[in-house]
Amino acid sequence: MRAAFLDTTTALLDEDPRTALVLADISASQLAPAAHRHPDRVLNVGIREQLMVGVAGGLALTGLRPIVHSYATFLVDRAYEQIKLDLDHQGVGAVLVSIGASFDGSAEGRTHQSPGDVALFDSLGDGWTVRVPGHPDEVAPLLRNATATDDPVYLRLSEQRNAQAYPDADRLRVLRQGGTNAPLVVAVGPMLDPTLAATEGMDVTVAYTHTPRPLDTAGLRALAGTEVVLVEPYLAGTSSAIVSRAMADVPHRLLALGVGQTDLRRYGDPADHVRWHGLDASGLRRSISAFLRSARS
Amino acid sequence: MTTALTTETGSRLPGLLRRLTGDEKHAPSAHSTIDVLQVLYDRVLRITPETAGDPERNRFLLSKGHGPAAYYAVLAAHGFIPDAWLDDLAGPESRLGHHPDRLLVPGVEIGSGSLGHGLGLAVGTALGLRAQGLLTPRVYVLLGDAELDEGSNHEAIAYAGATGLENLTAVVVDNSSATHGWSGGIAGRFTVNGWTADTVDGRDHTGLYAALTGHRPRRPHLVVARVESKG
Repeated sequence: MRAAFLDTTTALLDEDPRTALVLADISASQLAPAAHRHPDRVLNVGIREQLMVGVAGGLALTGLRPIVHSYATFLVDRAYEQIKLDLDHQGVGAVLVSIGASFDGSAEGRTHQSPGDVALFDSLGDGWTVRVPGHPDEVAPLLRNATATDDPVYLRLSEQRNAQAYPDADRLRVLRQGGTNAPLVVAVGPMLDPTLAATEGMDVTVAYTHTPRPLDTAGLRALAGTEVVLVEPYLAGTSSAIVSRAMADVPHRLLALGVGQTDLRRYGDPADHVRWHGLDASGLRRSISAFLRSARS
Repeated sequence: MTTALTTETGSRLPGLLRRLTGDEKHAPSAHSTIDVLQVLYDRVLRITPETAGDPERNRFLLSKGHGPAAYYAVLAAHGFIPDAWLDDLAGPESRLGHHPDRLLVPGVEIGSGSLGHGLGLAVGTALGLRAQGLLTPRVYVLLGDAELDEGSNHEAIAYAGATGLENLTAVVVDNSSATHGWSGGIAGRFTVNGWTADTVDGRDHTGLYAALTGHRPRRPHLVVARVESKG
């Protein structure tokens, strides 16, 4: 996904004079050819993430369309107040593109992990579009779509990925249809493949989206019976409030799966963290089965 | 001894300020900036209510959004906002708060109040103008001396100096309000990073005018405007 981002951004800078790129050293070497061709629009501020987002706000105030890029923990966590004030409060947008989602940087430890990034955007209100692609081929169309507007967009790139791309999954796209009133399982971004594997043989409807904000609540209401399971690659429960609001007038039960709240203080591979957070196929199957069984007992 | 060669709006300002602050003692943070603002809006900035959306306009960013009474009074004196807006500061129907909001107040380039945001936005604005070939307009950003405590400013100072961002002027109004002070003066924090700097009496309009127009090529410029201590 990172390579798709770098290629698409390089092309966009050539094609669209309104685009600009702001970096804080991360990915600067890969983007050096673009910086050479567009020295006024490719701006590497050094290891200064607060300034990176502030500069993006200033660029947007002059009418440019800034793309801002770093590891999620630096781009979002560290510069949160700049996102809130230098973009949101000024009434301007940017395209924030992160890498190192959740535990991609597991070997680096907690300093390089940001499972709470999407929850932070939720704290800013409902203006942000959040894209969580599940496959590298979803990245280019989502980035091009984002740069064509002036809206605030967060594009969350991960090393976790599904086998197949669904670039048109802005709204909930059904990939496995259950029976009438079957439980609905919503998989976001790279959680699709483990969710499909986990629910193999179960009578559930599995729907996929790479766009959790705005969440397709109309689709959710249309597809959901009385049981909804969320499978998200960031903090568990991040979308619970939205689902609860969307279904406030419908008796329902909700299971929200995702990354646990606790700092595990463990290294290892991303695959280890997937397992520890119960997000591999067998962990998901255990959680979903227990939830559905408890409804029937 | 200070001089006041700026007279276009000077006679109206005391009355406008009284509408904002009543007759009680003037808030020091509001009034520390009034002479700088007067010189900027009367003599330096190319901005009028009619050109407030013109890409070629000068930009003035008030980073130190605290105590914006002087700012509001100057905006009213120059016709950006009606005088009547001054009578209900931060009231339930007011567009003027204790910190200014760019989406509510015509002529205001940034919403500010949380310290340490204006200089980064000013750097981005200066870069954005340059990238679009708008080489005439300058970006002025006004900060307080205590605001320089915020680390975000030092990211911007270092970067703007290293890259020779020449269309940027920072104005620091120094009323000695930083908790631990800036021994040796403020200018050195900027010049060590490649800025040019002038330190002047912040009540002296002649000196302020010279400093505010005293930028040199290929360097960002700093004006330290020293006023009486907040004490």
